[in-house]
Amino acid sequence: METLIIQGTEDTPTVVLDAANNKYEISGRSLPEDVTAFYKPVFDWIASVSGVSKLDFHIKLEYFNTASSKILLDIFSKLETLKENGIDVTIVWNFSEDDEDMQEAGEEYSELVEVPFKLVSF
Amino acid sequence: MLEQENNFRAVNERMTFIYELHNLMKDNNVILIYEGFFSQEITKSVLLMTERKFDAEGLDSSVKKKIFNVMVEVLQNICKHQFVEDQEIPDNPAIFMIGIVDNDYMIISGNPLLTSVIDKIQSRIDKVNTLDKDGLKALYKEARIASQISEVGGAGLGFIDIARKSGNQIEYRFEPINDKVSYYTMCARVSRNASESE
Repeated sequence: METLIIQGTEDTPTVVLDAANNKYEISGRSLPEDVTAFYKPVFDWIASVSGVSKLDFHIKLEYFNTASSKILLDIFSKLETLKENGIDVTIVWNFSEDDEDMQEAGEEYSELVEVPFKLVSF
Repeated sequence: MLEQENNFRAVNERMTFIYELHNLMKDNNVILIYEGFFSQEITKSVLLMTERKFDAEGLDSSVKKKIFNVMVEVLQNICKHQFVEDQEIPDNPAIFMIGIVDNDYMIISGNPLLTSVIDKIQSRIDKVNTLDKDGLKALYKEARIASQISEVGGAGLGFIDIARKSGNQIEYRFEPINDKVSYYTMCARVSRNASESE
């Protein structure tokens, strides 16, 4: 499977999906004009996952718009599928300790998603 | 229940575009105003300008975040809905404004739309306006599961998120322009005192 690295900008997040370095992270800000187009490579990458036994998927977003909120839910659904196929998946939700909304968003996802969820403040 | 209904009407009648503009302008409390074509680039510029200004003023970071959240949803809504059936209405361009009135940051937008969609929009806003914090949380959760990303890239969650983050009712008004088109104005208020928004 390929490595996917997308540099972040003021309205799109940094994406690192790198099995060789055991690093899987979406970080920064997510308010792209077209969430479907932006995140398509992420979905393609998830569909291509193989030869990985453990996958800690980090989310470390400063902000995400409502369309991104929906897409994240879809991404987490795909991670559920990976877990069902035997991969040890954990979603790590990172949030700034003074960002209550981001903490709450993580808690809401953790209630919905059938994948082990870790909430980590920084 | 009836009292609540009358309250909505009173709030909306109070909120005329000119009245709010007058309030904002007279005390030099307009932070930013932009009218014209909206795009992702405009959204980014508006966010950057506002962010810089709030950083310079040392605004409370949680209030800043809430304002930013509301601004993004409002600006991106304008981008998606600024044209009526893909036509610009040249005498009624979209508008975005942010200002301060009393203790509230007001985030205001206006855009033309087909009169035929008013009922749909009005019922969505009225619905979120009836809900408290827990009600909005539950509605958001449910709506997000059910939603699909639309043709214009939205998830239909904007009003719920605006109501949640602003902590206040969304005010709105529809003014007819001609027999097919109306002008829709909305205002979200974010309290300057973070604790008041809860």
